[in-house]
Amino acid sequence: MSDRGVVWLGSPSFPDAAREALKDTQLRANLKRATSTIRTKRLAVASELDDWEELRETAAAIKRRTARHLDHYLVQLEESVTAAGGTVHWASDAAEANRIVTDLVRATGEREVVKVKSMATQEIGLNEHLAEAGITAYETDLAELIVQLGDDRPSHILVPAIHKNRTEIRDLFTAEMGHWGQPAPEGLGDDPAELAEAARRHLREKFLTAKVAVSGANFACAESGTVVVVESEGNGRMCLTLPETLITVMGIEKVVPTWSDLEVFLQLLPRSSTGERMNPYTSTWTGTTDGDGPQAFHLVLLDNGRTDTLADTVGRQALACIRCSACLNVCPVFERTGGHAYGSVYPGPIGAVLTPQLVGVENAASLPFASTLCGACYDACPVKIDIPEILAHLRAKVVEADRRPLKPQALAMKAAATVLDSPRLLATAQKAAAIGGRAIARKGRIRRLPGPLHGWSDTRDTQAPPAESFRTWWRKNREGDR
Amino acid sequence: MNSRHAVLGRIRAALADVPSEERPEDVPVPRDYRRSHTAPGEDTVTLFAERVADYRATVTRTDRARLPDAVAAALTARGAEHLALPAGFPVELLPAGTWQWHPEPLDVPALDALDGAITLAAAGIAVTGTIVLDTGPGQGRRALTLVPDYHLCIVYAEQIAADVPDALARLDPRRPLTFVSGPSATSDIELDRVEGVHGPRTLDVIVVNPTPLEPRP
Ligand code: SF4
Repeated sequence: MSDRGVVWLGSPSFPDAAREALKDTQLRANLKRATSTIRTKRLAVASELDDWEELRETAAAIKRRTARHLDHYLVQLEESVTAAGGTVHWASDAAEANRIVTDLVRATGEREVVKVKSMATQEIGLNEHLAEAGITAYETDLAELIVQLGDDRPSHILVPAIHKNRTEIRDLFTAEMGHWGQPAPEGLGDDPAELAEAARRHLREKFLTAKVAVSGANFACAESGTVVVVESEGNGRMCLTLPETLITVMGIEKVVPTWSDLEVFLQLLPRSSTGERMNPYTSTWTGTTDGDGPQAFHLVLLDNGRTDTLADTVGRQALACIRCSACLNVCPVFERTGGHAYGSVYPGPIGAVLTPQLVGVENAASLPFASTLCGACYDACPVKIDIPEILAHLRAKVVEADRRPLKPQALAMKAAATVLDSPRLLATAQKAAAIGGRAIARKGRIRRLPGPLHGWSDTRDTQAPPAESFRTWWRKNREGDR
Repeated sequence: MNSRHAVLGRIRAALADVPSEERPEDVPVPRDYRRSHTAPGEDTVTLFAERVADYRATVTRTDRARLPDAVAAALTARGAEHLALPAGFPVELLPAGTWQWHPEPLDVPALDALDGAITLAAAGIAVTGTIVLDTGPGQGRRALTLVPDYHLCIVYAEQIAADVPDALARLDPRRPLTFVSGPSATSDIELDRVEGVHGPRTLDVIVVNPTPLEPRP
């Protein structure tokens, strides 16, 4: 926990953790397969929309408008949720949010809650806090269940258990499910379908009996008071509709002005995230509905360092993040180290800019250096967060804040150097950049190049790089330009 | 109330760079994206059917006269005998036969004991292959299409919006909405796609043409 009351797992620092992670070949193989698979799918469905750039512009602008008038939209959201039969709570930090949720659960008389995957509640360490109060929280997303049974931490926003393979998961289910409820069937195999079936049976008794659920939110519309959860498995729907009481914890940055603004985000999010045209289930609800779903709805609005982030006019844009994980999948550093090395619930490029801002740069000084500044993350981001710009900005802050010999930074640069020194790793970085190049190219032209190249591309209309020869292309063009 | 005050105060302090006279509408939001990604003159009903099928849902097309036969065929193929029947479902669409229709309201254990549910929809979205339920007549409460393992959904051609923007404009956000794009799925184990973790593992969609597809024999 940092002195801002923000839960912070950042020990060891990124370079030390990264060095450990780099030794883990299983982790590397899983991550490589995951990131490249999702990357390919994402490119295919994003390129179906020939107005992708326009959608990104609009999304960024909606987020900009919301951030600059966040007080207005939160008050409006509070009014509309209250008018629809919900109750709104404000939490300035993790401790307060945990207290609010614990009190709400206690008031129901229940000792168990079911949970939909939620980064906000991970960020505040809600499960641990509830456990101290004698309340058991069951994670119901399959990957989160795997992480929970393994007493582990998520390693990726979208596929939190990607660091585990099927045999490890089988062993975990066999050893642990019985302690939490319905045990794994005898002789459980390691086929994913069989494992999913075991999870279905294990969780079903929880869903059908749970009286209280805790969720996060992907979006909340100020005008209508509508809250949105996007998911694939249906565990979200189970939690959002079967229990009597629903408690939703959301960061204050998740508000969007109107219902119709969702038309932009519901096109961008699934395509950027899982590479699908639409995720299997999206649930929206406005307060409570007589005779359908929870009859008590509580919305907890969480600050926990977000207002400090808002105060930084460069760093502010990180609050626009819709947690699609596209930036993770194109990041050469993430692909090598995995999410755990970032020591935060927010890994990858977005974690490298968001975590130091939420907990204070002095508490996460190595993270702004956990990047090669190749710019692939910026190109991938559906809401156009200029992650390289924030990284550079935060690096300056770290250096300013820490006048002592540059120990953590020097170490971090060494980790980055590990990537940059190896021809194979560098090739990975370049491939990511080439993919980024194709993503932003429209009709074969690139409007703006990523990161360090953008000063050059800003004044030129650039030929899109062919997928496999970004390196050659770069050398020819960039070096010829010197 | 204290934290509300504190958080709002911190937000206002953090936004010191925003001129006090600036209104939200003063921050420009360009809307240069398309309202729809269909090609001019494209048949959105066919596109919808193709896109739903892309998610490994089964899609059949029929017309109004043949709808009960299509329902019977789907149920037979799935071996579904006991089905939840939402309030307001038009009974004339139900085929004659040995099926057991269990009318709403049903509690969760009762739903859990059924083979599936048959429902209408509130809207369809062609480009994304999505059906939307808003708990209106013939659609049932949200649990109805969630707890049983099979969902048979009837969508009328005129309910299909071309793309997401038009679909949202047709829907009332005050109602609880469920957007369904294929059956429940997970890729959490080694990225292998597995259908059905918690929601229905099987989704059948019947698309109903407003005019007869061809003269009836
Ligand atoms: S920063 Fe952008 S790309 Fe990364 S998770 Fe957030 S929205 Fe997605």
